[in-house]
Amino acid sequence: MKNGFTTSFNQVSTSYKTRVQGIGKYGLLAAFLLICIALSVLTPRFLTVQNLMIIVTQVSINALLAFGVTFVIITGGIDLSIGSMVAVTGVVAASFAHPDTFPVAVPLLMGLLAGVAFGAFNGFVVTRSNVPPFIVTLGTMTIGRGLALILSNGRPVSNLSDSFNFIGGGKVLGVPTLIILLIVAFISCTIVLRKTVLGRYMYAVGGNEQAARASGIRVGAVKMAVYTLCGGLAALAGILLTSRITTGQPNAGAGFELDAIAAAIIGGTSTSGGSGTMTGTLIGALLIGVISNGLDLLNVTSYYQQVVMGIIIIGAVVLDSLHNKTNA
Amino acid sequence: MTSDTILQVRGLTKTFSGVKALDDVQLTIRKGEVHALMGENGAGKSTLMKILIGLLTPDSGEILFEGNDLTTGNVGDVLKRGISMIHQEMLMIPELTVAQNIFLGRERSGGLLRWLDDRRLTEKAGALLEQMGVAIRPDMPVKYLSVAQMQMVEIARAISNNASVIIMDEPTSALADAEVATLFRIIGELTRQGVAIIYISHKMDEIFTIADTVTVLRDGKYIATRPAAELDIDTLIALMVGRKLDSLFPVPDGVPAGEVMLSVDGLGRRGVFADISFEVRAGEVLGIAGLMGAGRTEIARAIFGLDRISQGEIRIRGKRVVIHSPQDAIGHGIGYVSEDRKGWGFIPGMSVRENLTLASLRKWSSGPFIRDKQERDVATAMMGELNVKATGPDQLVTYLSGGNQQKVVIGNRLLAQPAILILDEPTRGIDIGAKAEIYRLIHQWQQRGVAIIMISSELPEILGMSDRIMVLAQGKQTTMLSRHEASQETIMRYAMHRDRDTGPTGE
Repeated sequence: MKNGFTTSFNQVSTSYKTRVQGIGKYGLLAAFLLICIALSVLTPRFLTVQNLMIIVTQVSINALLAFGVTFVIITGGIDLSIGSMVAVTGVVAASFAHPDTFPVAVPLLMGLLAGVAFGAFNGFVVTRSNVPPFIVTLGTMTIGRGLALILSNGRPVSNLSDSFNFIGGGKVLGVPTLIILLIVAFISCTIVLRKTVLGRYMYAVGGNEQAARASGIRVGAVKMAVYTLCGGLAALAGILLTSRITTGQPNAGAGFELDAIAAAIIGGTSTSGGSGTMTGTLIGALLIGVISNGLDLLNVTSYYQQVVMGIIIIGAVVLDSLHNKTNA
Repeated sequence: MTSDTILQVRGLTKTFSGVKALDDVQLTIRKGEVHALMGENGAGKSTLMKILIGLLTPDSGEILFEGNDLTTGNVGDVLKRGISMIHQEMLMIPELTVAQNIFLGRERSGGLLRWLDDRRLTEKAGALLEQMGVAIRPDMPVKYLSVAQMQMVEIARAISNNASVIIMDEPTSALADAEVATLFRIIGELTRQGVAIIYISHKMDEIFTIADTVTVLRDGKYIATRPAAELDIDTLIALMVGRKLDSLFPVPDGVPAGEVMLSVDGLGRRGVFADISFEVRAGEVLGIAGLMGAGRTEIARAIFGLDRISQGEIRIRGKRVVIHSPQDAIGHGIGYVSEDRKGWGFIPGMSVRENLTLASLRKWSSGPFIRDKQERDVATAMMGELNVKATGPDQLVTYLSGGNQQKVVIGNRLLAQPAILILDEPTRGIDIGAKAEIYRLIHQWQQRGVAIIMISSELPEILGMSDRIMVLAQGKQTTMLSRHEASQETIMRYAMHRDRDTGPTGE
């Protein structure tokens, strides 16, 4: 056998690691289920169809934002402007959604367009300058908030058409539209990430940008794509929120970026890039939703809830690094 | 244990998830010797060293250091007792000065809140460096140092630690010849003072230059310890691989080269290289030799579109092309395997399959969607062709040995079906078995009509693989030799060629 002498050398490190890091896909799911079981035991009000619907509805906006930011974080970037994009796109959509003005498709498209443009601008500055994404999107976060206030003259945009309000507040066959759109968005984002060339390139760019370049990947184009996608998803979230509260609020979405990033990180997306899954992010968002819902039901005040949430974020990352260590 | 034994390891065993990385290993280090530790990648050298410096705890066995049991020590204990390691990747804080790095963690200012006496540290460090005979300013931030200088600082740190055993892991991998000479001089001085050096390297000539004793490991097992003077290269290789290697290099088959695939005319990059002209034909290997810093890698980078050229032109199949980016180069059928495998080669968090298909993914997809089955089949077939040792196509590349990682990088380029393949130091840091396989692969792709440019610092490799050899010195082309004209001596003569009047000004 010609090259037989090397056969036995490389068997030393055979540990296998999937792309979901952290407590691992199943660890996270187990933690989630455990908390659900604990809550069902602690309070009978938790495990009711009505309550679960409430949770998913509340989670859906955050989950949409978290999907978008997961794309960005996988490429090694970050987007802090998503909360402001929610406000801008909500205000834009609301401005076109007054009764008897435009058909409902117009506010939808205008909102989406605003988000896509905003995201593309983020991507453009990130790829064309040497400024870190953290700083770029910190800047556009403030710019976005200002834009939302300018476009609305600082006042809520109300008096919206019924058909517009149906988008985020209605039900189809008894299922809230928010839940349907969440499921559609989740499946689409999963497909993009796992089944497409673009998704593969995202992992490559975040995993090792130079090696991606040497493989002929247009790194700038991939980054443009993720920030634009993130803007699109933020627009969807902004439109749904506006529709649900039947008002375009220039102050909406403040702090949403942190919840979305938290969901991605709890879900095992590494902030250094190159790893993360939509399933993880979805579970992360659900976990955040279930815990705050459970604490509500247990009459824990929102002050304590924030402390608990912070501990969970840090705990998830600590478990993450412990898990990585044992696998190294 | 004789009186001059300083470190003795007996019956050391370490298991990782069921696989024995070390199996009943022994090692005896005497005062003032250079003890080379040899073995292919995966033989257990790194694990053994990690145990010696206390990063890992062995499952069984004992370590006696000056007669004291050291088996379960942590890093701090081992350092205090005098074992230091010069790491392959420099572990220093770039913003701190040389002196601050040397005494890091041992400032002895008495308590966290006391003022640091930086001036005293700088004086002490200065004295130490002067004693070593190296010209490095102790108050210079480490980030301004060259790799060689950083290594000297690491050694100074070890000396200041009163280390009586210093472990050096591939210390010359990033050094130029003159710097290697300095390192060897310092090693000589240290051993005269009774310091023992454990020296890990793949470079045979170094081993025979400085080692007194050689211990060989294979598959985690102790194989032999011999005085270096009683060994020759063939015997050593036979001990390492467990059998004799018939021939490292494939036999040239004398098939004439085909059409000119790539020609470069008067290529230059201001201040880096100038007036480079050559051509490579289909089915030909053009070797590029030269000392470190002669401009070899820079030429490759420029052709691949990573750096801009300031003059000259590049033709592919006779047609002039402009290459501004790696995408342009790949579009013209050029593949480039960098000398920096970790930096430019693979994506550590990705599987073998994903790394293999990355450069050619468009071929295995319909529109935006990857055709999963085809991708897997293609990757599996390439793994077979390259003889990649992995648990399967889904194993992460990080967990492969250096040689197998390199095969994956080469496979990634090959799947893009390049007409021209540029290999920069294709076997650096790779064990000898994997080397032979990579040579076989290069030969195989040469036979399929790929034009290959191979840059290498290893002269046997250049001589063994190239049809023609271009030699560079100081950014200029000093000669083009045919296979039968070339010898180590001629190449070295042209590589050392100094021409004061015509430096690489690029004008």
